Amino acid sequence: MKIEFTINGVLQSVEIEDSNTPLLWVVRDVLNLKGTKFGCGKAACGACTLHVDDEAVRSCSYAVKFAEGKQITTIEGLGSPQDPHPVQQAWIEEVVPQCGYCQPGFMMATAALLNKKPNPSDEDIDNNIVNVCRCATYYRMRKAIHRAAELTQETNLKTQENV
Amino acid sequence: MSKAKKLSRRKFLVRGGLGTVGVLALGTYVFRNPIRRSILKMVETLPPSYMGSGTEANLWFELTQENKVIFHSPKVEMGQGSFTSFAQMIADEMDVRLDQIEVVGAATKTGIVDVLSTGGSLSVGSLWQPLRELAATMREMLKIEAAKKLSVEVSSLTTNDGVISNGLKTITYAEVAYGITEWNIPDTPELKPLSSYKFIGKPVKRIDLASKVFGDPIFGLDAEMPEMLHAAIIRPSKIGATFNSADTSKAAQMPGVVKVVQIDDWVAVVAESYAQALAAKRTIKVEWNILKEWTEKEMREMLRVGKGRLMITQKEGDAIDEEDDELVSMIFTSPIGAHAQIEPNGALADYNNGDITVVLSTQVPGKTQEFVADALGVDKDKVNIIPAYLGGGFGRRLNTNHAIQTVQLSKAVGKPVKYIFTRKEEFQNDLFRPPTHHIMKGKLGSDGLIDSLEHHYASGDVAIGAIILPGLLNDVLGTDIGAMRGGNIMYDKIPNHRAEQWHTTLPFATSWWRSLGLLANTFAVESFIDELALKAGKNPVELRLAQISKEGNQKRIYDVIQLAAEKGNYNDTPMNGRAMGFAASTDSNSPAAHVVEVSIENNQIKVHKVICAFDCGFVVNPDQVRAQCEGAIIMGMSASMFEKMTIEDGELTPTIYGPYDMALMKHAPKTIDVHFIQGADIPLPVGEPPMGPIGAAVANAVRRLTGKRLTDLPLKL
Repeated sequence: MKIEFTINGVLQSVEIEDSNTPLLWVVRDVLNLKGTKFGCGKAACGACTLHVDDEAVRSCSYAVKFAEGKQITTIEGLGSPQDPHPVQQAWIEEVVPQCGYCQPGFMMATAALLNKKPNPSDEDIDNNIVNVCRCATYYRMRKAIHRAAELTQETNLKTQENV
Repeated sequence: MSKAKKLSRRKFLVRGGLGTVGVLALGTYVFRNPIRRSILKMVETLPPSYMGSGTEANLWFELTQENKVIFHSPKVEMGQGSFTSFAQMIADEMDVRLDQIEVVGAATKTGIVDVLSTGGSLSVGSLWQPLRELAATMREMLKIEAAKKLSVEVSSLTTNDGVISNGLKTITYAEVAYGITEWNIPDTPELKPLSSYKFIGKPVKRIDLASKVFGDPIFGLDAEMPEMLHAAIIRPSKIGATFNSADTSKAAQMPGVVKVVQIDDWVAVVAESYAQALAAKRTIKVEWNILKEWTEKEMREMLRVGKGRLMITQKEGDAIDEEDDELVSMIFTSPIGAHAQIEPNGALADYNNGDITVVLSTQVPGKTQEFVADALGVDKDKVNIIPAYLGGGFGRRLNTNHAIQTVQLSKAVGKPVKYIFTRKEEFQNDLFRPPTHHIMKGKLGSDGLIDSLEHHYASGDVAIGAIILPGLLNDVLGTDIGAMRGGNIMYDKIPNHRAEQWHTTLPFATSWWRSLGLLANTFAVESFIDELALKAGKNPVELRLAQISKEGNQKRIYDVIQLAAEKGNYNDTPMNGRAMGFAASTDSNSPAAHVVEVSIENNQIKVHKVICAFDCGFVVNPDQVRAQCEGAIIMGMSASMFEKMTIEDGELTPTIYGPYDMALMKHAPKTIDVHFIQGADIPLPVGEPPMGPIGAAVANAVRRLTGKRLTDLPLKL
């Protein structure tokens, strides 16, 4: 069957035999966007986190059929080296990644959190950022999340000034 | 194959290594000149951890037309940051900027790979001298040719940012290299003084930072090949199960299935997509031979002090008299630990008329090449293992023999095949951190100091049986040197001290896990020392300092203990519902000590603060050494406070994150301060040693806060 959705701003139409195929594999192997990672296949680690209509979703356990007509964002669409998302900018400033494999999932989860809570408390972070990082980069990640919140507010202020 | 593309014709290659330095210019070998004695000597005297072999084509460096240096690293990058340290060394000695350097993992066909492994926290230390000397030699080679091209004296030339100049004329490295077919190899130049380095010793940002923040496809599982198919392999769940037969009739009819493959004693499905391969796999019924259903209790009974093979690994003074009234004794245990690295194992393999290419995340490209060649019956030089960035290593990828199966599948279907472990396979087919059992015995002297201390410990395999050290340890040394890490007593002024190892091979695979025996051994020894300090009525830091020499290498341990206590304001009396815990260890010649501050919240241990003192010699990248300490501390907390595999119904369980309880964001301390002491002028191991003290430090804090001595990992109130 044919499923249509917008991913990183581009309308995509994919032909898929089994509409229950996890979105993760469509993103990785059909659309060849490898930034979204496979970790566990059971929505338990968060490495596959991406955004569906601005909500953080663990795509290994999200059937592609539910993506019909939705807006999907992956790490590749979050920002670019020329125009990094505040979360990516903060991750660079704090030098968060070690092996780096789980980091796209964490950055996507963080971006979704900041959409809802632009200035999250430590408790908000503890309750919402529940992915697994085996290198255990959590210490820097917490700093980076607070920094991303600051950067977002700075960006918003600048935008308001320009308006 | 993105990496293969880099070896294009329009690039200049400097070839080095044991036995030869040759030059490849514009795609053509011109000569293979015997290496100058100085470089040969340098390679011969490399530390034992570095085992580059001279028989393969030895590509170290490429210089591109864009005046960039590509370094083919014999060591892989698994998060430890060594690629960045290598770039720092090259930049400083070759006089290029960091952004002019790219580091890639060397492939076995074209580069030098460490024939042993990337592991043991040895990457930066082992290449510290040779890599700087190679970079300096290349700089001089380029200057010699530049002098000819510019018609000036070599001595008039200076180098900066990849440009050679005599003040009037300039030429880039790439311009120098263009068209050169014969190179003069000078004697190895003097290295620059440490004080003059612009990058070495500075907290430069990781060179792979952007790739990892913007989601570049750099990991093993991200690799692609044209017409690639996907595979799922069936692995047993029960310990010790062997293949009997399989009913695959349904699987062959499933959508997308290309072939159901049965080779010897295993079955796999190859399909057009991974989801299809998994769906077909679920329809296959395998009959397993299960001789015995193992239980946790039986395993624990096998693994205890007094069972297995005894090796005395340390013996000073007399053994404690068992009848002595003053004898204090405690038992400690640690559980089976999983690696749980987030990128599952897997491989992408292409078998093409006996030419084999495998891309994967591995700590052992060299061994994987050997084993694939043996299994497929081809010459080693037909096998190209291309190591990708690892989505975590932690010792798990010191055995990547699933590469063999992936190649066999590719051969069976005539196309490239990518295989990925499911998470359940990953948890049940891990090469686990072995469980341990410890009996600590001690006695105080009349002066209140420790008079006798003994560590008797039982462990499953760590180094024994491992593919990177075949036979040797078992047959020659007898001791499991991996299980031994942290097992000996470092307090040399305790008059009588000894360590005895009981080794048992368990019915499931156990092997390398970040820091090996250090985590459990230090937990037992340092918890017990804290207990003896309580019994003696002494401050545990002062007791430790009183029992360790201030001379030689012992002084380095003394110094980190003192510094951690000072920076952490260690106080052995709980205050305001919080208590401090102290512990220290030395591992691979890098001593570490931690002060932690804990409270109990909702009947859970909460770690607020960790202050770490660490002596890993000369620090090449302070930011990344700090990152390794932070990571080792929290990963060590995770292993000490949460993680545990058990045997249920003959299976290792759990098989998923969550039930396999690990430290998350909410468990991470809000403060982790790392203080360095430079007790040696060379870089010493970093990645594992800071993991040692954390379990004991937390347990010691809990003891002082609650009066309860926790003796089993994971620590539960």
